[in-house]
Amino acid sequence: MIWIAIRMLTGDRQKFYGLVFGIAFSTLLITQQLTIFVNLLNRGATAVHNIATVDVWVMDPVSRTQDVVFPLPSTALDQVRSVPGVAWAVPHLRAGAAVRTPDGDLEGVTVVGVDDTTLIGLPRNLIAGTRDDLSVPSSVFVDDVGRTRLFPEDVDPIGARLELNDQRAVVRGIVDVDPSFTSQVVLYTRYSNALNYVPGTRNRLSFVLARAAPGVAPEELVRRIETQTGLKARTREDFAQDGVTFIIENTGIPINFGITVALGFIVGIAIVGLTFSLFIRDNIKQFGALKAIGVHNGKIRAMVAAQAGLVGLIGYGLGVLMATLFISIGGATSVDFKGFYTPWQIPLLTLLAVALIILGTGWVALRRVLKTEPAAVFR
Amino acid sequence: MSGCADVTDNGAAISVTGIARDFEAGGQTLRVLHGIDLDVQAGQLTYLVGESGSGKTTLISIVAGILYPTEGCVRVFGTDIYSLSDRALVEFRLNTIGFIFQQYNLIPTIDAASNAAVPLIAQGMNREEATERGRTMLERLGIGDQAGKLPSQMSGGQQQRVAIARALVHEPKLVVCDEPTAALDAKSGRRVMDLLREVAVASDRSVIIVTHDNRIFDLADRILIMEDGRITHDGTDVPANER
Ligand SMILES: Nc1ncnc2c1ncn2[C@@H]1O[C@H](COP(=O)(O)OP(=O)(O)O)[C@@H](O)[C@H]1O
Ligand SMILES: [Mg+2]
Repeated sequence: MIWIAIRMLTGDRQKFYGLVFGIAFSTLLITQQLTIFVNLLNRGATAVHNIATVDVWVMDPVSRTQDVVFPLPSTALDQVRSVPGVAWAVPHLRAGAAVRTPDGDLEGVTVVGVDDTTLIGLPRNLIAGTRDDLSVPSSVFVDDVGRTRLFPEDVDPIGARLELNDQRAVVRGIVDVDPSFTSQVVLYTRYSNALNYVPGTRNRLSFVLARAAPGVAPEELVRRIETQTGLKARTREDFAQDGVTFIIENTGIPINFGITVALGFIVGIAIVGLTFSLFIRDNIKQFGALKAIGVHNGKIRAMVAAQAGLVGLIGYGLGVLMATLFISIGGATSVDFKGFYTPWQIPLLTLLAVALIILGTGWVALRRVLKTEPAAVFR
Repeated sequence: MSGCADVTDNGAAISVTGIARDFEAGGQTLRVLHGIDLDVQAGQLTYLVGESGSGKTTLISIVAGILYPTEGCVRVFGTDIYSLSDRALVEFRLNTIGFIFQQYNLIPTIDAASNAAVPLIAQGMNREEATERGRTMLERLGIGDQAGKLPSQMSGGQQQRVAIARALVHEPKLVVCDEPTAALDAKSGRRVMDLLREVAVASDRSVIIVTHDNRIFDLADRILIMEDGRITHDGTDVPANER
């Protein structure tokens, strides 16, 4: 009977495709939007993720995220270094500046100053240049997404001259990192250089980056630094989360994506619900005949479940496939999707949404079939 | 109350005793069958005729186990069918009764042989064997060459023959047909009735046909006429004034 149920459905091409499309569309919309949402949120934490070796970020008590920073006094570095359990601590600067490009355009950038000697704070992977190139005077490295904003596609940025705060800067490397939430161009340079590139003169230490000595837990080090220096300290994970939370609390992103995801769900219910009930209506006489002939309700249930389940499986599979294609093609062709990935929870969540749509519409359809009196076929 | 507790089994293939049926309509209770008694023997083709609204469909629905009577007893080959559980009654229909509907009610997306095989598939027979038997039954009904066609690719008369194949494929002991020729032209209708006479009737089977079609009365072993929920004539022919 399951075979008959499946043929009843797949033989009705229009409705079958409509149903599969409805589920696939919902799946695509929900998966794709959730993926973009999660990855956008993660971009609130890219500056933290990009620096792998740091255990603890130390900052002014009012600083909140990588980009919402109040500068520290320069004494903070030695204060942190003197806390027991600190293996090393280095200065780190993040500040906004305006850069004049070779074409004469002005572009807002984030200047990141990394430790002069160890270069801690510089992301690990370079697309062009070597780490040593940053030691050359006036050297800056540009992030690979920012590079597309500063320079035309066909121009090799290596060796290009920029003007920052009336100072000369020369691009000598390209850093492979995921862009930040604002996608602003990031220029990496040595800390001492950075001080010349950003306007203003005093208190331009944004963070002190610290590493815990072996055997000291980052959480413990945070506690020690805070009690001993009066500064704010966050573990790497907590500070990354702070960046994400800031976006959640200060932008309309969660609401916007929430609305789209809800729409995907509602459209799915609407298309699938309507089409499935049309399908049942068209076949109600056949179902009635089957009941009269002697197909009991348990088998009828299994038939409708098989029909709904088939639609759900094919539609979900297609939808996930399309969403994956979308994300990977997007990641390959557009810097806006650089580094995007789909965490496994998202397809699972989508599966749950699809299951809800299928169960809801299947249940309504089933009730109609079960309510049909076998005697009605003689009418 | 319905049931056969007080009715002894008289051995007839179908035995209907004191059947009444009420319908609720517009807040009123309407009695459409008034204490019907009827025995039908195996090996007979019985016609049930009468004006529209006289209760023919209601009566064969009750006889066929798809509509509960308000009062009375129905025995089908000895089984008090309305004392069965819902599940057992469904099972009983599947094994004992063949149905032919006015609107054929074939499944539009499977071919004729598969449609004819539906009761066997529902009984749990594997699909290949069931379809093979469906095809054999179609051959007996003269449409073996149509076995691979979808219902929409066949004429009304051919579709009704597929429906007849479906009603007979599992060799039920009772076959009920409600106006099987009503949607057909005279020629195909006659052909369908001839086939029912030739193929459906068997020594251990009763066939009951509700029909309007008075050109084909000559095929019946017995003719019942209903008026206003009562059987008013019972014989091998119809009275001259009904012809
Ligand atoms: N489900 C129902 N609800 C209400 N009235 C019904 C129902 N089924 C049949 N009737 C009434 O019962 C009477 C007999 O109907 P039916 O058995 O279909 O007659 P026939 O088949 O001879 O035309 C009619 O008056 C019809 O309106
Ligand atoms: Mg009728």
